[in-house]
Order: sequence, then structure tokens, then C-alpha cells
Amino acid sequence: MRILFFIILNCLAYISPAFSENGNELQLIFRHYVGDELLVLKSKQYKNELGQPYTVSKFKYYVGNIELTDSTGKVYSIDNYFLINQDDPKTSEIILNAIPPGNYKSISFLIGVDSLHNCTGLQEGDLDPIKGMFWAWNTGYIFLKLEGHSDFSKSEAGVFEYHIGGYKSPANAIRRVTLKLEEMNYLTERTGRKTLSIKTDVAQILKQPVSIDFSVLSVVADFNNAEMVADNYIDMFSVIRNSEVK
Amino acid sequence: MRLTKLRVVFFSILFLVILNGFVSQDAFFAIEQKDVELTIPKGFPKPFYDFKKNKLTPEGFKLGRRLFYDPILSKDNFTSCATCHLRFAAFAHIDHALSHGVGNKIGKRNVPAIQNLIFKDTYMADGGVNHLDLQPIVPLTSEAEMGETLESVIQKLQNDSVYPALFKQAFGDSIITSSNMLKSLSQFVGLMISSDSRYDKFVAGKEKFNENESNGLKLFRARCTSCHKEPLLTDNSYRNNGLVPDEKLNDEGRKLITGLESDKYKFKVPSLRNVAMTYPYMHDGRFNTLEEVVAHYSDAKFYSTGYDKDLLKTTGMTESEKIDLVIFLRTLTDKTFLYDRRFADPFPYVKHD
Repeated sequence: MRILFFIILNCLAYISPAFSENGNELQLIFRHYVGDELLVLKSKQYKNELGQPYTVSKFKYYVGNIELTDSTGKVYSIDNYFLINQDDPKTSEIILNAIPPGNYKSISFLIGVDSLHNCTGLQEGDLDPIKGMFWAWNTGYIFLKLEGHSDFSKSEAGVFEYHIGGYKSPANAIRRVTLKLEEMNYLTERTGRKTLSIKTDVAQILKQPVSIDFSVLSVVADFNNAEMVADNYIDMFSVIRNSEVK
Repeated sequence: MRLTKLRVVFFSILFLVILNGFVSQDAFFAIEQKDVELTIPKGFPKPFYDFKKNKLTPEGFKLGRRLFYDPILSKDNFTSCATCHLRFAAFAHIDHALSHGVGNKIGKRNVPAIQNLIFKDTYMADGGVNHLDLQPIVPLTSEAEMGETLESVIQKLQNDSVYPALFKQAFGDSIITSSNMLKSLSQFVGLMISSDSRYDKFVAGKEKFNENESNGLKLFRARCTSCHKEPLLTDNSYRNNGLVPDEKLNDEGRKLITGLESDKYKFKVPSLRNVAMTYPYMHDGRFNTLEEVVAHYSDAKFYSTGYDKDLLKTTGMTESEKIDLVIFLRTLTDKTFLYDRRFADPFPYVKHD
């Protein structure tokens, strides 16, 4: 799949200057927050809507199938998947190469992995099952992992673990996020690299529409409750205005 | 003096015998291109697995064979795939109702045979795995089986004195990836095809059945083939075969995968090929003999609710019918497959090469 993508990309490079190797790059930077504070693993304590204190020990998720839509409605899509892991800062920067010139009005992407990549056997790169974001016993990728500690959790060590996945019935947790690009983004052939900073707010995973109570929900590890949490986190992304980038 | 002479003769003969042993061992364990040609048996359906995406090569197959028999894949470096998948039992685990794993942990299910895997659309008794290449990750990472992580297995293989070179030969790269490891395992287990039992020879008109066997086949076709469909002897569906659920195991089967109440206690219909070699029987290994299995289907007193309606075809056999059916089931033993040298344990023969 990926090979095919590169072949097509390379072929296009010869027929259209817009796809040249030295063309536009869009750098996406995902910045992790809890509310208005930057996310710090383990040492920093936060509170959920119910006032229950918690810390976060792990936060990682897949972003993929990125689509850029321009003012004429034309869509440019990138069929790759990226695993963004709070533990590994370099993963929070994604560089998209050879973007054709255009006046881009919105960006959209999947939180998760589409059914094709869940059903066609071995995948490589960020989708390598070695990354630990994979359920072996019921084939499928884990789209998002949020783990941490709260004294309110009734699990043995006071931990909570939300592993959200599922691409088919009874739980399809694949969600597509669309963000408007207000300051962006006319990419001409000579733009070079543009940067788009996106805020990922962990607090949103724990609220709206369902306010999560650690004493009730300490583990999500299969299709039970997966869609509920996915519906919570669908609005955790927002574009950070250039003036607000810290 | 005479004794010494005799000794010389004795040791010379012994030497020759051993030498001969080594020579024939070479041939026994050699894998050539012709050994990895895939032939779809006559009458078999198109495989689900596509070897075009995982090109069969002698090197890839041999690597898969070695991995299959190597306990390096487990957490205690003591449990290999072959610990539970015994060649002479069509790669099932005879005499063990439930699987055994590292640290003497006992699993939840009976070890299935490994045969004709490329003709299956899903794997595991609940059908949770949707691709052959991904199947080994389950036993590798299950705490009750091999207890490992993919990351640690790859690291152990990379640090091994032999494996990087073998991966280089098989896949052109000595950097070991999970993808190449799993592909080589698929090459090895994917070629495990059973299609040469006496039943197959009878169907092909190459061999005759005696009266009991013919009668057994007739009964089988009348009563069993709506699930155990010929020629694979499974229709790859999930069914509730009327067993009273084991309260301690509380295994809900297919429901664990689909979440559907209607899938509760359904399990994948297993192939009956080599069934005489794979005791004990059923997903939880509760029956030791084929006679018990046939009695379960025939006598039907203890069906749980929600059993499959096709079971109504199996009930009410006479004692002599039950005997003939079991006699027929024994014709499904495929010695060509069971003794196929390609699938034999290469250790310790290759360990020092």
C-alpha cells in the first residue's frame, strides 16, 4: 500500500511540478495539554470534572489518513499512519511532503486506523504490531491509550487504563476529526515549509458527552465502553493560533 | 589380539553407520525449491492466504521451521510452538485437555491441530484473528502460553549468534523485523497441508473402503457434513454444539469477539482431518475418545440452550452406526502429512551447523 503510494507520488513528480520533491512541506506539531496546562507525565496532578485527582503515565494515539481540503473543495490525502507518543517527543512532529499548492481551508484525519489496515495482515512502520498498539486476540489496532493513576480508581494499584480500539461491530471507534484552518494557508510552489500546531487536550477524553468517574470506569480493554470514550475524545483537537504557540 | 581386531571392525562399522546417519540426515532436513512449491489439492477451494505477498523460498521456510521449534520465542526460553503443537498429532497437543504455557500456567482452550491453515478465513476457536500472519502473536504474547512481547522476541533473535544471518538469507536483511519473523512462520505452517488420507484416496477412486468404513462415510454425509463440509471437513462457521458450558472456564467463545449475545458459546467448527490423532476433543478438551464425541452428538440429552439446529441431524444413532462412524473417522488420518519430513524438528541437527 505504502509502496504503491510512493510509486504514484514519484510518477506524479514527473508530470506535475506541484508534486516535486522540493515542493511544499507541512509540519504538523501536536502539543499535549490537560486543559490549559501542558501535559507532564507522572509528576503532575490534574483533576477531572468530578474533582477526582489523577496523574497520567502514558498517552499515545494514532493519527492517519490525513486530508487537506482547499477552497475549491479539492482534497489532497496522505494515506500514512503516525503514532504519536508523549513518551517520545519526536513522534509529535509529522512532516507531510510534496503538498500541491492550494488555499487550504481545513485539515481532517482519523484518530485510529481504518478497517483496511486492520484486515490485511502485517503492516510496517508505525503500524508494526511491535509498537504495542495492537490487540492480538481480537485482531485490531488500539487507537488510543491513556493510562494513569487515581486514588478513586477501584483497580488494585489505583490505576486506570483506557485502551480504545475497534474497527467493526460491536464497537467502531474510528473517528474522523476536521479542523478549520483560519490563518492558513495558501501554499504556493515557493512556500517551503509551513507549520501547523495542534493542541491535543487530554481533559477532553474524560468529559463530554460522558463525564468519566474513575471509581466507575478503571479499565477499557475491548469493545465495552470504547465508543463512549471515542465520542468523548473526538473534540480533543484544536488548532493553536500562531500568536498563541508557546 | 583377536579382540582388538574385532573391536576395530566393530568401531569401523559403527563409524560407517553414524556417517551414513549424517548423510541421510542431510537429505532428511534439506529443503529445496521443490519442497516449497504450493500445490492446491484437487477439490480444495482457493486459499484465503496469498503467498504472492509472502514469496515461498527454501530459506524462508527453513527459518520458519527453526523458529517454530525454538524455545527462544518464549519468556522462559523453554517453551516453543512445538511444545504444544506435536508433529505426530497433526500439531495438536495430545492428552492435554487445555494448553500448557510458561510457568506451568494452564490456558483456557484445547490446542488445535495445525493443518490446511491457508484455507481458513479466521484463526483461534473464537475466530478472533483475521490473518494467518498475525496469528502467532497470540500465543507469543499470551501470559498463559509463551508470555513474551514482540519487542523482546525480536531483540533476542537479533542478539542471537545464528538468526541475523538466517534472516539475511531469507529476506535479504539481517535487521530482524516482526514482519519478517511472522512471514517465515507463515511459510512454514502455511505449507502444512493434509490431503492424502485414506478417505481422500477413496474419494479419488484410488483405494477401497470396507463395509464399516463405507457405512460410516454414508452416515457422515447424512449427519455431519452440514458443519464438517467436505473436502476440508469444516465450513469455517461458528456453532454452538450443545456442550454444557464449563462453569469454571466460563468461555463464551465467539461472543468474546463480536459481543453478540447470539454468539455466546459458539466455537469455530474444527476440521476433522487427522481427528484420530488429536485427542482430547472439543474446545475445552473434555472428551478423551472419538466414541465419547460421537455419543455426545448422538445421544443429545444434555444440549444447552441455543444449540445449533443442524445437531438434530446427528441424534439417535444405533450402537453399530456409532461404531461405523468412528471407524470412518479413522480413515481421515493422513500419514503422508504426519510423516512429512519437511515439518520435522531440525534441532539439534541444525543447531550446530
